[in-house]
Amino acid sequence: MAETPSNNEYWAANIRLVTWSLVIWATVSFGFGIVLRPLLSGIAVGGTDLGFWFAQQGSIIVFLVLIFFYAWRMNKLDIQHGVDEE
Amino acid sequence: MDQYTLNLLFVGATFALYIGIAIWARAGSTSEFYAAGRGVHPVTNGMATAADWMSAASFISMAGLIAFTGYDNSSFLMGWTGGYVLLAMLLAPYLRKFGKFTVPEFIGDRFYSPTARMVAVVCLIVASVTYVIGQMTGVGVAFSRFLEVDNATGLYIGAAVVFIYAVLGGMKGVTYTQVAQYVVLITAYTIPAVFISLQLTGNPIPALGLFAEHTASGLPLLERLDQVVQELGFAEYTGAQGSTLNMVLFTLSLMIGTAGLPHVIIRFFTVPRVADARWSAGWALVFIALLYLTAPAVGAMARLNLIDTVYPNGTAEAPIAYDDRPVWMQNWEVTGLLTFNDANGDGLIQWYNAGSESFAATAAERGWAGSELSVNRDILVLANPEIANLPGWVIALVAAGGLAAALSTAAGLLLAISGAISHDLIKGQLNPNISEKGELLWARIAMAGAVVVATYLGLNPPGFAAQTVALAFGLAAASIFPALMMGIFSKRVNNKGAVWGMLAGLIVTLVYIFLHKGWFFIPGTNTFTDADPLLGPIKSTSFGAIGALINFSVAYIVSNATEEPPQEIIDLVESIRVPRGAGAAQDH
Repeated sequence: MAETPSNNEYWAANIRLVTWSLVIWATVSFGFGIVLRPLLSGIAVGGTDLGFWFAQQGSIIVFLVLIFFYAWRMNKLDIQHGVDEE
Repeated sequence: MDQYTLNLLFVGATFALYIGIAIWARAGSTSEFYAAGRGVHPVTNGMATAADWMSAASFISMAGLIAFTGYDNSSFLMGWTGGYVLLAMLLAPYLRKFGKFTVPEFIGDRFYSPTARMVAVVCLIVASVTYVIGQMTGVGVAFSRFLEVDNATGLYIGAAVVFIYAVLGGMKGVTYTQVAQYVVLITAYTIPAVFISLQLTGNPIPALGLFAEHTASGLPLLERLDQVVQELGFAEYTGAQGSTLNMVLFTLSLMIGTAGLPHVIIRFFTVPRVADARWSAGWALVFIALLYLTAPAVGAMARLNLIDTVYPNGTAEAPIAYDDRPVWMQNWEVTGLLTFNDANGDGLIQWYNAGSESFAATAAERGWAGSELSVNRDILVLANPEIANLPGWVIALVAAGGLAAALSTAAGLLLAISGAISHDLIKGQLNPNISEKGELLWARIAMAGAVVVATYLGLNPPGFAAQTVALAFGLAAASIFPALMMGIFSKRVNNKGAVWGMLAGLIVTLVYIFLHKGWFFIPGTNTFTDADPLLGPIKSTSFGAIGALINFSVAYIVSNATEEPPQEIIDLVESIRVPRGAGAAQDH
C-alpha cells in the first residue's frame, strides 16, 4: 500500500494519542504509586496515604479508563481518516 | 460431610462442567479449536482472555506475597494490569491487522528472516518453560492441600493431571470453557474476600474495606495492621522498604512482559476486526481488575487474621499453645508448607521477625528463642477461608478456583511450547516433509518433556509461584516485546537488527537470572543472591526492563549499520498501521 497524506496524518494523530496516554499511564503508576509517593504522603486515605492507594487500586482504575478511551478515540479516528474496516 | 469429600466434590463438579462445555461447543464448531475467539463478542473474548491470563501466580500466590511484604509488592498489581495498556495501544490492533496466528510468524515475516523466526521460537520456549515451573509450584501447593498429602506428592499428582489436561488439548481453545473457568475462578476468589471484609470492617466490597475502619479496634484497617506487624518486629506494612529503583524496574518488567507473552498476544490475532482488538484488551482488563482490585484486600486482611489467630489476646499477650492450634494449621502441617518448631520449648507458638535487630531485645525479654512458625507464602490464599472460619463449601470453592487458574494456564503454555517445537521448529525448519502424525508425535514428546523439566525444577523452585512467573515475564520483556514493537513502529529496523537485538536481550537477561537463581535454576549453582544482587539494588526479577533496553539499543545500532529493509517490508509496515483491508486471520 502506498503512503498517502491521509495515512500520514492518521499515523501522526495515533502517535500523539498513544504518547499522551502513556504519559498518564506512567504518571499514575511509576509516578504517584512509586517515585512521587513521598510528595503525596500528606494526603491521607483510610489509614495510609494517596500514593499507597494509587499503587494498589488507583493505577488499575486509570489503566481501565485509558484503554477504553483509546479504543473509542481510535475507532473514531479510523472513520475520520477513512481507514476503518468496511 | 467432611472437608476432604467436599473439596473432591467441588473440584470434580467444576471439571465435569468444563469438559461438558468443551464437548457441547466442539460439536457446534470445529474451527473454534484452532482459532479461539473468532467471531466471538469482545466481552466474551475479554472474559476468556482473563481466564487464560490469570494463573496460579495471580490466584494462589500474589495476595500471599503482598500480605507478607506489604506495599513493596504492589509491583505485581500495577505490573500485571499496566501491561494491558501497552498491549492495547502498541501491539494488539496491528498484530490483528497482520492476520497470522503466531508470534514467531509475525517476527519471521516482518524481519523477512527464518533465523528471526527461530530466535523468536527459542525466546518463546525459554519464557514459557520458566512460566510453567511457576505454575507447577502453585499446582503442587493446591493438590497437596486438598488431597492432604505432602508437597512433593501433590506436585507429582498435579503434573500428571496437567499433562492429561494438556493432551486433551482442544478444551483449551474453546472460548466458552474459558468463560466457565473465569466464572469459577472469580467467584472462588471474591466470595471469601467479601465474607472476610464484612467480618473485619462491615464493608462488603473488599477494595473499599481495605481503606475502611477495622471494627474490632476502631482504627483504620491499614493503621491497625501497621501497628500489629511492628509490635512483632516486622516492617511497616504500608511503608516502602526496598529500593525505589528496583521497584520501578520490577513493575516495568512485568508490564512489558505482559505485552510480550505469546499466549496472551495470540488471543488478539483472531478477534473479528481491528476495532474489536482494541475493545477486547479493555474488556480483558475489566475482568482481570475484578481480581486485582480485590487481591490487596485479601493480602492485608489475611495477614491481620493470621496474627490474630496466633495472638488471640493481642500481640502483647502470650501466643496460643501448639496443642490448641486451629484445625487449618494441622491440615497445612501435613503438606509441610506450614511448620512449627518449638525453639524455646514452652509449647507456645511465638511468631515474630527474628531477623529484626531492633526487636531482638524485646524478644529476649519475653523469653523467645527465634520465630517458631514458618508459613509458605503460597498457601495464604488457599488457607484464607479456613483462617477466617468460613463454611466448608467456601473452602472447597477456593480449592476448585485455584486449580482452574493453575491448570488452564499451565495447559495453555504447554500447548504453546509443543506447537512451537513441532510446528515452527521441526516442520518449519528441520524436517518440512514430516507427516501430520509425526508432527503430532513430536508435539506430545515436547509436552511430556516440558512437564518433566518443570516438575523437576518445581520441586526446588527458584521462588514462590508468582516470583518464578515474574522471571518468565522478565524474559518475555527482554526478548519478544521489543521485536514486536520495533516491527510495527519502525521501518528502519531490519532482519539483522531484530535477530541480534532479541539474542542480546534474551542472553543477558538469562545470564543475570541464572547468576542469581542458579544455572538452569538448579539450586546451589548461583553466584549472587537477590538479597545482595550483582548490580546495586537490581534483583533478578527486575532485570527484564534492562534486558529490553539492551534489545532496543542493539537492534537500533545494528540496523543503522546495515542495509535498509526492502520495499515490500516497508509496504507491509505501512499496511499493518491502518485497519482498512484486514481480512480474517489466516493459517498458512
